[in-house]
Amino acid sequence: MTTTALTARNDAARPVGSDTVLDVDGLCVEYAGAGEPVRACTDVTFALRRGEILGIVGESGSGKSTLITALTRLQRPPAVTTAGRVLFHPQDGEEPVDLVRLTPRKLRALRWTSLSIVLQSAMDALNPVMRLGAQFVDALREHDRSMSHTAAWEEARRLLGLVGISADRARSYPHELSGGMRQRATIALALACRPELVVMDEPTTAVDVVMQRQILAQVLRLRREFGFAVVFVTHDLSLLLELADRIAVMYAGRIVELASATDVYRTPMHPYTRGLRDSFPPLHAPVTRLEGIPGSPPDLRALPSGCPFADRCPAVMERCRTELPLLEPHGGRSVACHLHDEGIRP
Amino acid sequence: MTDTTIRPVLEAIDVSKHFSVANGIGDAAVVRAVEGVSLRLLPGRIVAVVGESGSGKTTLARLLARFYEPTTGEIRLAGAPVGRTRRARSEKTYRKAVQLIFQDPFGSLNPLHRVRHNLERAIALHHGRMSRQARDERVASLLERVSLVPASDYLDKFPHELSGGQRQRVVIARALAVEPRVLLGDEPISMLDVSIRLEMLNLLDSLRREEGLAILYITHDIASARYLCDDIVVMYAGQMVEAGPKDEVISNPQHPYTKLLVESSPDPHRDVAVDREAIFGDADELGEPPSLIDPPTGCRFHPRCPFAMERCRTTEPPRAVLAEGRWADCWLHEVGRAEELHEAPMTELITRRLSEETR
Ligand SMILES: Nc1ncnc2c1ncn2[C@@H]1O[C@H](COP(=O)(O)OP(=O)(O)O)[C@@H](O)[C@H]1O
Ligand SMILES: Nc1ncnc2c1ncn2[C@@H]1O[C@H](COP(=O)(O)OP(=O)(O)O)[C@@H](O)[C@H]1O
Ligand code: SF4
Ligand SMILES: [Mg+2]
Ligand SMILES: [Mg+2]
Repeated sequence: MTTTALTARNDAARPVGSDTVLDVDGLCVEYAGAGEPVRACTDVTFALRRGEILGIVGESGSGKSTLITALTRLQRPPAVTTAGRVLFHPQDGEEPVDLVRLTPRKLRALRWTSLSIVLQSAMDALNPVMRLGAQFVDALREHDRSMSHTAAWEEARRLLGLVGISADRARSYPHELSGGMRQRATIALALACRPELVVMDEPTTAVDVVMQRQILAQVLRLRREFGFAVVFVTHDLSLLLELADRIAVMYAGRIVELASATDVYRTPMHPYTRGLRDSFPPLHAPVTRLEGIPGSPPDLRALPSGCPFADRCPAVMERCRTELPLLEPHGGRSVACHLHDEGIRP
Repeated sequence: MTDTTIRPVLEAIDVSKHFSVANGIGDAAVVRAVEGVSLRLLPGRIVAVVGESGSGKTTLARLLARFYEPTTGEIRLAGAPVGRTRRARSEKTYRKAVQLIFQDPFGSLNPLHRVRHNLERAIALHHGRMSRQARDERVASLLERVSLVPASDYLDKFPHELSGGQRQRVVIARALAVEPRVLLGDEPISMLDVSIRLEMLNLLDSLRREEGLAILYITHDIASARYLCDDIVVMYAGQMVEAGPKDEVISNPQHPYTKLLVESSPDPHRDVAVDREAIFGDADELGEPPSLIDPPTGCRFHPRCPFAMERCRTTEPPRAVLAEGRWADCWLHEVGRAEELHEAPMTELITRRLSEETR
């Protein structure tokens, strides 16, 4: 694996090694338009290991979808990536490629086969006037022209079976399926060409909890079988605590904490992470009064010069108002908060 | 536990609501959205109705708010049956007593009017003419009750200038303007950001405590139901399947569907050392709720139920009353198999059953 070309800092958020599949460094995305640009993602830096499930959590408007679409180059104007790079390391040991600068043609070649994306609404990914199976056949044959039509249908039925959709459903149109089944079909479609990385943006937000559990069980089983890595975006921290290996917490366009799911739950370092954790009442543990996080996030057009969370932070200090805390490593995890600067302890 | 000396303020007695729709080939069909539901709301108490989408929760709320006339059954306000003949006067009394809060705070405020106007209209509806000063005071006190202080910061804002949480507070303030005795909240926090949902639940809790409001809290999120309510009612496919004090329903479910729902819900405080594969393990083939146009015979859960017996397929299960206010509609109780519910997680039971069937 060639990573020698990298000169950027190599910190806890980005432990770039031979098992890295995606290496995001300093990514900034803005929505340009009339007036001040909206800084929807600022200096986003993280690395994803092969086969890892990285959760990205944050309130609505925190920049999760912007980040995901910039990562996969699916963004549309007025979104512009203004800085940073997204290095994708192919498994076969080829040179890493920077997705931000890749030509559209090369990008198309990577999509589906190396990285694919699942969105909240399955209808965005499925063609409403085409039979389900035919959509799989198209995707499969576009990336493997040697595959016969019959073999592709066979594979389509097998893939649908993997997400619990019976073979006779392959001839259905998307609208003939339940929302949960459509979402499962989308996931199977995303995996059709065996990508190394699957990016999912709120894939279960539109389905009920029983279906959610079913879908996630299937994703985990397929991951065991195929070994892909997952970036899983959601506003539901309680779900990520159960599902993810590591969790990145976003606030106002920045990652403010990145740690293992266990650490996020047991020892959140950022006051926002702690507040978010305490915004989910327990299902079984004794109920205590919880307060959530009063207030709302700042306007991304007029971000404060200090910490963007300062106005809502129960531990705010003098310097938080003026000095922006950056994401810094702290023993295997990272946090962007002045409480954890050298010498200060909460 | 339900105190039988307190009179219910609002009651549904065996209500059903059927909708006529055109099916795919243009014929008329009937959607049996709610069937045989009975529910009592008491002053100062909160009942949660939980269930997946399509289980009939919104239809039930609309029946209770009298947006819909029940197909069969009866609604009673303070013990008095609410007549089918809609007289303007009784309609107005009803609207003042029972207020419905929707999921989407945007949809329920007039976007063209400032907060002040939105509230004043509701006050005028209730009090009729008032002096300017009395009305101003009333508006300010309503905003204070929902913690929008100082009121002057909010009075002249348009709905779109408020955050989602502030908008939902204005909606609640407007509901309170008519001094209702019952609040029906149809997923009132599900469109709000996670970080401000608890504030809204705490607000509902204080309204129940301080003003003795009877509250119906509809949600698909069992953990939030447990946080807020006293009792839980579980709906499946248009019917109530289980009810009881919240902790009993959640920690000791007596209907297989309740057990499936609870076990499927994320629990942020589950011991995180628990293996991910164990949590999601066998949850591969859990099935989906049926169509309400042609619901399954017998128990509506039987096609998904790992315990299903012959009688489950043919005959509706009787209500097993386990204690005052604690019951489940499931045959397992009748045939003495209820302990089997606790033998293993539902996912495992379902997988076991499926593999037996294919063998
Ligand atoms: N097309 C757009 N034009 C201008 N601003 C946008 C556009 N799309 C999103 N934004 C802004 O970017 C911010 C982040 O949005 P998004 O990435 O969708 O957040 P999330 O997915 O976390 O809810 C929001 O403040 C939003 O208003
Ligand atoms: N106005 C209506 N006309 C026809 N069918 C309806 C109508 N309202 C609800 N339904 C149907 O009734 C069932 C219950 O819906 P609803 O009460 O909205 O459930 P929930 O709120 O639990 O999601 C669903 O099958 C829904 O499609
Ligand atoms: S009545 Fe029968 S099918 Fe229905 S939940 Fe009970 S055991 Fe299962
Ligand atoms: Mg989003
Ligand atoms: Mg509803």
